[in-house]
Amino acid sequence: MAKYLLLKHYRGAPTAPNEASMNPQEFDAHVRYMEEFADRLKESGEYVDSQALSPEGTFVRSDGPGKPPVTDGPFAETKDLIAGWMAIDVDSYERALELAGELSAAPGAGGEPIQEWLELRPFWTDQPPTIE
Amino acid sequence: MNEELLRELVPAVIGILRRRGVDFAAAEDAVQDALVEAIRTWPTKPPRDPRGWLVTVAWRRHLDAVRSEGARQEREAQVEAEPAPAPDTVPDSDDTLQLYFLCAHPSLTPASAVALTLRAVGGLTTRQIAEAYLVPEATMAQRISRAKRTLAGRRLDQPGEVHTVLRVLYLIFNEGYSGQIDVAAEAIRLTRRLHRGTDHPEVAGLLALMLLHHARRPARFTAEGALVPLREQDRRRWDTAAIRTGIQVLQAALAQDRLGEFQAQAAIAALHADAPTVEETDWVQIVEWYDELVALTDSPIARLNRAVAVGEAEGPRAGLAALAPLEQSLPRYEAAAAYLHERAGDAEIAARLYGQAARAATNQAEHDHLRRQAARLTTAARTE
Repeated sequence: MAKYLLLKHYRGAPTAPNEASMNPQEFDAHVRYMEEFADRLKESGEYVDSQALSPEGTFVRSDGPGKPPVTDGPFAETKDLIAGWMAIDVDSYERALELAGELSAAPGAGGEPIQEWLELRPFWTDQPPTIE
Repeated sequence: MNEELLRELVPAVIGILRRRGVDFAAAEDAVQDALVEAIRTWPTKPPRDPRGWLVTVAWRRHLDAVRSEGARQEREAQVEAEPAPAPDTVPDSDDTLQLYFLCAHPSLTPASAVALTLRAVGGLTTRQIAEAYLVPEATMAQRISRAKRTLAGRRLDQPGEVHTVLRVLYLIFNEGYSGQIDVAAEAIRLTRRLHRGTDHPEVAGLLALMLLHHARRPARFTAEGALVPLREQDRRRWDTAAIRTGIQVLQAALAQDRLGEFQAQAAIAALHADAPTVEETDWVQIVEWYDELVALTDSPIARLNRAVAVGEAEGPRAGLAALAPLEQSLPRYEAAAAYLHERAGDAEIAARLYGQAARAATNQAEHDHLRRQAARLTTAARTE
């Protein structure tokens, strides 16, 4: 088994679904698709975790000992948007690809699949296998 | 409470319920419920007859489950008439053996087979298994119930292939461990038990392989968790008793003269474990065993490891020559190449390859180790 992170950037999608592109019904359909996707993974024993994130965050940096950290942002530019993520535990890379493809097909405006570029990142385990 | 004793009893109790006519899925569920109850109550109220207690509680849980399913009355009446506990004419070991094959059934995915084996044969709770594999308990519970649905309706009375069972046990041993359960130790316990019930030399081979690797575990990591490669391990920290047992088990298996991949791997592990210092390692014999392993499995990973062993037996240039025909995309190809190049005196190439190997690593400990190697060579080059 291998764990993967599915990162939702809404990259390559026409627009992020929280923008005005979808009407309320379309937006609900979009959210429902993702919930049902998660439910299916729970049912199949492949679900680990998922989380939606606020689109806006703060950049924080140490400013040296004894000083409060410096902050910057939020930045309006959404090039680095991470809208949310889902962690899955699957039997193979092929299965992870299949699921990522499915999630990327969530419906957007007009009920059309948004076909965003989902980022698929393998988890590192702590340790190598005992027998190498 | 002796949890290991409790775990040992689980497959036998599943067997008793099945002989009373309960199907496997329901019997396994009922015994899991009884197990959870035992973990809760035994510490304060230890039963006089642990096995009898488990049978009684599991049976009651089964009746409750049947009733709450709203089963038809006649069916209920049928179960109500509790059979006089059948005299245990079938030895527990036969039940347990059958469960190994069932839980490793080829129709199951590896992850399902692992989970089901740990629960039904290993006597672990769903929560313990979920913790060990770092997934939510609900996910693990689903995996197990799906596995049981997959098995429903299949003929389960036929003896399976021992190799499918061995592959599952190997997976359990080899995956990382976390949580309160030492999964590798559980895998050894399960393999030892299988070994008691069968005289297949590959079962012995796998048991020996596990014992020999497990024996080195205390030396594999520093106190800070950094990986220590075999050649740098403090051999005084190896578990010599486990090594002795491993070698005995292996020798008995090899005497049967039916070589298989686990015996060959164990033989290689035994040659490492037997060497008092890295310099005294019998690399020539290790290369011969890798030749056997390659002949048996045709595995590219075995060829890669063989190339490293050739590097030790005949020098790094010979090792690099053995590496040359292999696919560069193989896991750890760059790490092996880096090591051989460094031994051959090409520190610059080695540093670059260690860096590439680190990027290709699939776990934290190995990545950090390879990064350190790259940094060591780069720093050495700068101070020259």
